[in-house]
Amino acid sequence: MRISYFPGCTLKNHAVNFDDSTIAACTRLGLTVTELDRWNCCGTVHGLASDDLIHRMAPITNLIRAKEADADAFMTGCAMCYSTLKRANLHLRENPEALSVVNGFLSLEQTDYRGDLDVLHLLELLRDRIGFAQLAARVERPLSGLRVACYYGCLLVRPRAAAIDDSENPKVMEDLMAALGATPVAFPLKTECCGAYQVVADPGIIAERTRRIMGSAASHGADLVVMSCPLCAYNLDDRQADARRLDPDLAPLPVFYFTQLMALALGCGEDVLRLERHRTDPRATLTARGLL
Amino acid sequence: MSVPVRIYPERSNRGFVDQVERLSGQRLLACYQCGNCSAGCPMADHMDLLPHQIIRSAQLGLAEALCGSRAIWACVSCMTCNGRCPKGVRIAEVIEAVREVVLRSNRRDDRLEVSALPAERLASLPPIALISAMRKLTS
Ligand code: SF4
Ligand code: SF4
Repeated sequence: MRISYFPGCTLKNHAVNFDDSTIAACTRLGLTVTELDRWNCCGTVHGLASDDLIHRMAPITNLIRAKEADADAFMTGCAMCYSTLKRANLHLRENPEALSVVNGFLSLEQTDYRGDLDVLHLLELLRDRIGFAQLAARVERPLSGLRVACYYGCLLVRPRAAAIDDSENPKVMEDLMAALGATPVAFPLKTECCGAYQVVADPGIIAERTRRIMGSAASHGADLVVMSCPLCAYNLDDRQADARRLDPDLAPLPVFYFTQLMALALGCGEDVLRLERHRTDPRATLTARGLL
Repeated sequence: MSVPVRIYPERSNRGFVDQVERLSGQRLLACYQCGNCSAGCPMADHMDLLPHQIIRSAQLGLAEALCGSRAIWACVSCMTCNGRCPKGVRIAEVIEAVREVVLRSNRRDDRLEVSALPAERLASLPPIALISAMRKLTS
């Protein structure tokens, strides 16, 4: 299967561990992953104002590139990029007038956009196009004994029209982790917001959010928390020390992208995990389970 | 005994209400103040007006109270409220509409000045954080 892949800005710097492990794990599954030609920033958030068409241009130019790539599927792993691309696409599908305005604005493009491309999150692609049973059959190093809290945050599951799974109790990531041999733990705060971009203007909010979310994962016996969003990962990993100042008993809990655990289980080399990028060192956790 | 009830629409700030309804695509009077939106809001601790109070204030056209509140900037559009409103009101869209009213006004009342952030913090922040904060908090 030929996959056209949108990495997104943060996967090219802070989250190279997400980028490298995505490509390595997908390649291991026999997928041909090609990074989208001339992609641009998706804009990170979907404009909610009814007349906000200018912020549709960035996602739509990416969808034009994806049409031109003409692959079997168009996919991204970043939860924020996924949501922005998916919601711009849905908006234009449902509003022919907006679609014609956007195409008029982008008249220098060779390709008119018709809203006819599907935006997939990698988790959807794995579940719906490949299947977790198929994936489980490729596991070389089962993540036995690894207790994983799956964190969805907001944008994989809300709004409903752009959700990859149930909004209140999603399970696609748990199913993936089980296919890799890991043990998903109960995690009541798995769809609770991490505070997102408030980390820029008001980091105190993030400390409080991180204390609650990571505290809940720890109290449910997780060895680590797995996720799909580089902003969540920044707040829950890089800002974990701030949360510990609020609650000195908060145990250090490593954060992973789901693709890193896939790469590990599928037998990829340790180099693609880029463990040196983690703020909360995950080595001891993996070593204790015999995975490093 | 019958009690005459008169409603005086001209007393409410109709222009502001219309603008918020147009920008959000919502009918504000659909809200019956159950409070479900506020009950699940992760940012409620950081708000001076809770989400259901924001909707009520918007119904009443209380432009100054809304535009001057901290709450509209605390909301991160997590969409939890939207999914739980029994009347299908998109609260997040209403809050975005109020933010837009402020950011599109001549005051250009930005809530974030990136150049004023400490250099160390700026260097550590991923692009996804900076771009989304600028999109939401600046004109
Ligand atoms: S949940 Fe809906 S109906 Fe209830 S207070 Fe909030 S906006 Fe109003
Ligand atoms: S979208 Fe805003 S108001 Fe609604 S629950 Fe999230 S933070 Fe609260």
